[in-house]
Amino acid sequence: MTKIATRDAYGKALVELGRENPDVVVLDADLAKSTKTIEFARHFPERFFDMGIAEQNMVGTAAGLAAAGKIPFCSTFAIFATGRAFEIIRNSVAYSRLNVKIAASHAGITVGEDGGSHQSVEDIALMRSLPNMTVFVPADAVETRAAVRAAAQIRGPVYIRLGRPGVPVLHGDDFHFEPGRAVIMREGNDATIIATGIMVATALEAAGLLEQEGIGVRVINMHTIKPLDEETVIAAARETGVIVTAEEHSIIGGLGGAVAETVCTHHPVPVYRLGIPDVFGESGRPEELLEKYGLTAAHLTARVREAVKRKGR
Amino acid sequence: MEGEKIKRLEERAREIRRHIIRMTGAAGSGHPGGSLSGADIVTALYFAVMRLDPQNPRWPDRDRFVLSKGHAAPLLYAALAERGFFPVEELLTLRRLGSPLQGHPDMKKLPGVEFSTGSLGQGLSAANGMALAARLDGRDYRVYVLLGDGEIQEGMVWEAAMAAAHYRLDNVTAFLDFNGLQIDGPVSKVMSVEPVAEKWRAFGWDVQVIDGHNMEEILRAVERARAVRGQPQMIVARTVKGKGISFMENMVEWHGVAPKPEEVERALAELA
Repeated sequence: MTKIATRDAYGKALVELGRENPDVVVLDADLAKSTKTIEFARHFPERFFDMGIAEQNMVGTAAGLAAAGKIPFCSTFAIFATGRAFEIIRNSVAYSRLNVKIAASHAGITVGEDGGSHQSVEDIALMRSLPNMTVFVPADAVETRAAVRAAAQIRGPVYIRLGRPGVPVLHGDDFHFEPGRAVIMREGNDATIIATGIMVATALEAAGLLEQEGIGVRVINMHTIKPLDEETVIAAARETGVIVTAEEHSIIGGLGGAVAETVCTHHPVPVYRLGIPDVFGESGRPEELLEKYGLTAAHLTARVREAVKRKGR
Repeated sequence: MEGEKIKRLEERAREIRRHIIRMTGAAGSGHPGGSLSGADIVTALYFAVMRLDPQNPRWPDRDRFVLSKGHAAPLLYAALAERGFFPVEELLTLRRLGSPLQGHPDMKKLPGVEFSTGSLGQGLSAANGMALAARLDGRDYRVYVLLGDGEIQEGMVWEAAMAAAHYRLDNVTAFLDFNGLQIDGPVSKVMSVEPVAEKWRAFGWDVQVIDGHNMEEILRAVERARAVRGQPQMIVARTVKGKGISFMENMVEWHGVAPKPEEVERALAELA
């Protein structure tokens, strides 16, 4: 299967956007080669601003550009974009619903060898807590391109979470991306896996394995964490009776949190959250880390089996 | 003629100070000290310097003013009302539920407010962004910023200072309202920001030091700043916190406390 990193797809999509819309500008904080904004910089040097290693000022400058009618995309690693610059995103961007896009790469533990200091496992929780913010976590290259284009159409702040390693391409070219509308990747009525980002591919793999055991799993790709597609979540709760969420993020406050909040209110069923279990990451190869923190098809399969067993007790 | 103009501006600044006293008095909270110290600078900008159209607050070619020290909101509101952006009577709704005159400026609620501020240290970055946009769009508007002296303790201010010089944003003119006091006491005791002029110069800015209550000096400094090419400009304005009200001047206690009704009367009498 072809693998493409979502950050690579982002770099390409930005160039496309730059061609179509002269108001699109891009800012980076000395990581343009890693975040792939370097592609945009090569094509449109006059609309690219390297702000140096100063994430707060990068976001604040983007806010000013947006106040003057531009559509700025800000990129750096997720940990710095959403952590270091959090309060600037809150007060200079989200508070005034300014048209700033935060497209952050190297999210999650698949950063790998750089270790825990660089592995953002709380960015979804942070961005999701802000009023006016839209949060996209694309699962593959096709979805990334669509999310970047959708972000440029939305008048207001958007957070796009991107990853470092190559991930399987799940969608065809005819894929239709609708912000806030989850994609049902596979039907099933025994349990539902709601996954986001790189865990969508893992969820599909797990569902395939479970089918061989006679367990029919619905797989929902939640590419938009905010606004959450509550309707699809509630239908899954009602129709399958149990939900397992899967994300490369802390089990606190991310996709699992969002789904649990919705299910608790509207149709209480058990929700099991697969994610980073309230710890920081560490150095290692991405696949080793995914194994250690339980973010593999084998772990997910076990979790679903267990969930189905406990269903309706 | 020039003397007449200065006199008119000074009278306007007095009127703006009266508004600040009435507004904070009516609200029962707010920040009179730092509003009064910046009053002459902001009056000069809104009544003698900036290109504005109060009937068309979103006019693309307008000059921008960013109140980075957002707690001086009463000063900004008074200037906007006097300049005709909204009725003067609305000033007395300051800080009330439902009022567009929020405790700190909100660009979404009040016409004429160019940027929402309040959390210190963020205004200069925003101003730089506006200045970059002007350059990209080939527009000749200028961006003015008012920073507090305590505010420049925020590290982000220096990130922005570095960036403005790096990108040669000569369409940015910043004022430092150097009144020497912050909430916990004298700036020199809490966390010294000196040597101020040297710091901005070292960051690549054109720097002038003036008396921030002398209208002629303010206007001359702005004129000089506007002629600078290739560099952002900082005008360090020596000011007095609480300026114009004898019992508020240089008193740190008046940073964030509103005058009581009898104090409002006394202050207004002094400003008559």
